[in-house]
Amino acid sequence: MEEPHPPTPHRPPVPRVVMIRLLVIGLIAAGAGIAIGLEIPWFPPAAASQAHTIDTLYYVLIICTVPIFVLVTTMVLFSIWRFRMRPGEERLDGPPIHGNTRLEVIWTALPSVLIGSLVVYAAIVLHDIGVKKPNEITINVVGRQWEWSFTYPKYHDASGQPIVAPVLELPINRPVYFEINSVDVIHTFYVPAFRLQEDAVPGITTTLRATPDRLGSYPVVCTQLCGYGHSTMRTTLYVVTAAKFQTWLAEHGYSGGPSAQTASVHTTSTTGLSATKEGTP
Amino acid sequence: MIARLRAPGLHRGILSIPLGIGLAYVIVLPIRAASHYHPVLDGTAILQVALITAPLAFLVGLGAFDYWFYWAAGRPTRPEDHSAHGARSWKDYFRINTDHKVIGTQYVVHSFLYFMIGGLFAMLMRAQLAQPGGKFVDANTYNGLFSVHATLMIFLFIIPVFAGFANFVLPLMIGAPDMAFPRLNALSFWLLPIAGLMILGSFFAPGGSFASGWTAYAPLSTSAPIGQVFFTLGVQFAGASSIATALNFLVTIITMRAPGMSFFRLPLLVWANFATSLLVVIATPFIAASQFFVLLDRALGFNFFNAGRGGDVLMYQHVFWFYSHPAVYIMILPGFGIISEVIAVKARKPIFGYRMMAFSLLAIVVLGFTVWAHHMFTSGMPAWLRDPMMITTCIIAIPTGVKIFSWLATLWRGVLHMDTPMLWALGFITMFTLGGISGVMLAMVPFDLDVSKTYFVVAHIHYVLFGGSVFTIFAGAYYWFPKMTGRMYDERLGRWHFWTTLVFFNLTFAPMHIVGIEGMPRRVATYASQFATWNLIISIASFGLGLSTLIFVYNMIASWRGGPRAAANPWRAMTLEWQVSSPPPIFNFESLPTIVGGPYEYGVPGAVHAVFREGAKVPSPAGDTLAVPSE
Repeated sequence: MEEPHPPTPHRPPVPRVVMIRLLVIGLIAAGAGIAIGLEIPWFPPAAASQAHTIDTLYYVLIICTVPIFVLVTTMVLFSIWRFRMRPGEERLDGPPIHGNTRLEVIWTALPSVLIGSLVVYAAIVLHDIGVKKPNEITINVVGRQWEWSFTYPKYHDASGQPIVAPVLELPINRPVYFEINSVDVIHTFYVPAFRLQEDAVPGITTTLRATPDRLGSYPVVCTQLCGYGHSTMRTTLYVVTAAKFQTWLAEHGYSGGPSAQTASVHTTSTTGLSATKEGTP
Repeated sequence: MIARLRAPGLHRGILSIPLGIGLAYVIVLPIRAASHYHPVLDGTAILQVALITAPLAFLVGLGAFDYWFYWAAGRPTRPEDHSAHGARSWKDYFRINTDHKVIGTQYVVHSFLYFMIGGLFAMLMRAQLAQPGGKFVDANTYNGLFSVHATLMIFLFIIPVFAGFANFVLPLMIGAPDMAFPRLNALSFWLLPIAGLMILGSFFAPGGSFASGWTAYAPLSTSAPIGQVFFTLGVQFAGASSIATALNFLVTIITMRAPGMSFFRLPLLVWANFATSLLVVIATPFIAASQFFVLLDRALGFNFFNAGRGGDVLMYQHVFWFYSHPAVYIMILPGFGIISEVIAVKARKPIFGYRMMAFSLLAIVVLGFTVWAHHMFTSGMPAWLRDPMMITTCIIAIPTGVKIFSWLATLWRGVLHMDTPMLWALGFITMFTLGGISGVMLAMVPFDLDVSKTYFVVAHIHYVLFGGSVFTIFAGAYYWFPKMTGRMYDERLGRWHFWTTLVFFNLTFAPMHIVGIEGMPRRVATYASQFATWNLIISIASFGLGLSTLIFVYNMIASWRGGPRAAANPWRAMTLEWQVSSPPPIFNFESLPTIVGGPYEYGVPGAVHAVFREGAKVPSPAGDTLAVPSE
């Protein structure tokens, strides 16, 4: 705006037409910001029902929060453009506006309502992703410096020992209940494809629920600093069909039941699996 | 020569260090011998005691306790008459000095030194992370680098630099001749170099520096090599410094305000430091406790955090975060104060909603103590704790939002002087909003379950601490540079510094949100190849960010040495520190001012914040006969 300022002691109020233009620009910018926020391929593939719920929560957060950033930035840029000191204004002061109670109530109340709704929504999501489902398979996750091991306590080999593997093999669409422990320091069991993590804490058992719903292999990582080998404390999750899961169990010596047999070689190695500790895709 | 060594000062301080180490031997050897420990001469045991005794001996030698020793011995003491005030040469900055302005300068310069060192460590980390499987340093060194980086930035830069600015300007702002406890003030500062050197010195410890993060989670920290103790004890010295300064600020603000300076006439920087000091005195003992637990576990086998012996691993995190969450407000509230000063002056308008600004600070203080477990959503803490912590965390966004909106409203119809301090202030508002938004996202437990401990958190912390705190620190550094040095900085270089930092800051930290959501864990020395492209971009941008800081360093040094003389009040500000010469006179005020109005009455015809006694001559600047004190 290059129109000369009237010779008042302070800046005049901003005309209504400029305010409307500002509002329109702000709305367009907010819309563009939301569009960009939704377009960015943020997430790796989702492989659990819980992951879809959390992704939706994230996109709702994007939609609710991008306009706030756009509002603040637009106001800052508009103020710089409209109210910056111009030659001849070196001694000019702004109007002594000390506050406006109605405005202050509005910008306390509106964010409170917005945030309150988000909290309720997030609490519902939190409840939903933790619901116990029927036919759960329990898996014990053990973190140690610097590797993961997964025990299938319901599935025993011929010697009566539960099957243990350094990779995580899960049948698709079967709810899993992880019981997580550590034998040394704190680790965190994190499956980005599930969007879930939980600490492995020495002395206590922590838990996590997930229902894998997409075939494939996914990284399992440790996100809690656990010493020298923390960076490479990774393994692989394989989500497979129920049939393949049975085959995998058999390869690991699953004998069809918990009854202990004799004279059988205890095999819990990773024979036949391509994944190694470093084998993160 | 002998007299020089006997006089308090750096010489005597450094000479006392061997005495302190000797004391460690005297304490440890008899105890080990009496307890039949083998070997009697155990380097690790002696080192741990020496890390306590040597710094204390240094402080005694330096003269930090001289007054109290004389007093306790019944010998004549030197009353604090401010006669030792002022710095006549650079050497005066290297001794115990009770002048709040000298101490403020000591704090600020010392803190920026550690900002450089911490930044250098960040560059080394980014060199390692430029490509997956980087061989620049080994994993242990890398873990040490980020641990020391965070520790220096938090305990040796952000927290003390704010204390430094406040030390310099706060007594002036409230019309006081000095802080309430000048000797304690000097001691507070001299605890910091000890903490800094100890944390840096950990690199020379057998087994390398502490490498369990600045969070030092047990039991990783309790089973770590001796370098961990350098953190454990270094933090004690930094924490003691912090607590002593906070007490000093509280007493100063409560008891030493000039006549007429009611609480609601205080500049918001004073309010901010009042709130921060409350946080510090209540919260900081908790980190001291958490580190003493670690020390006792590590050195004496207490098993606080040994699960096999009935210890409770999670207790460490509760105690630690009960300090370290309020600590993030300790690291931002003084910045809020700086921004309020800069924006009111540079927009030529009263702060919009002054009382709400003050009340929101206090609201943050109270709420800040109710949110600590949001750092522990995935820790295995009781599940019921998640919802209440999510709610309180989100509530704390409301007073913070009130502050942002009030600053925006202050800009409205103002006359914006778009110089360097204002650029940093406006940059802060936008960048801190981003950090606040990612903070609200992280407060949502289900989303936190996904990105907790990933690079998303690294991005968030740097948006609030760099885009937030550091931007306010730069705003304050440029804003008070004329007052502190009596010189003007180079405006053109200041702008270059701002724009390069803003660009490279975003190029460095914005992509971290993306790699974090993609699942890249934080604190890793190497990573899966899928993150390679973004990490290369981040590394290159981070070097640009580091270089941009050199513009600032050059500007500050060159301008301090040869910048044009600063007028007493180059910004035409109303607060009291600008009503005295630049730099301020040794005794601050010729006569104590009387406060007759608010601090930000810009645009009110004839408004005055303070009046000086009739006929009081304008004080002359300290240590300088050339400067012209009036505009």
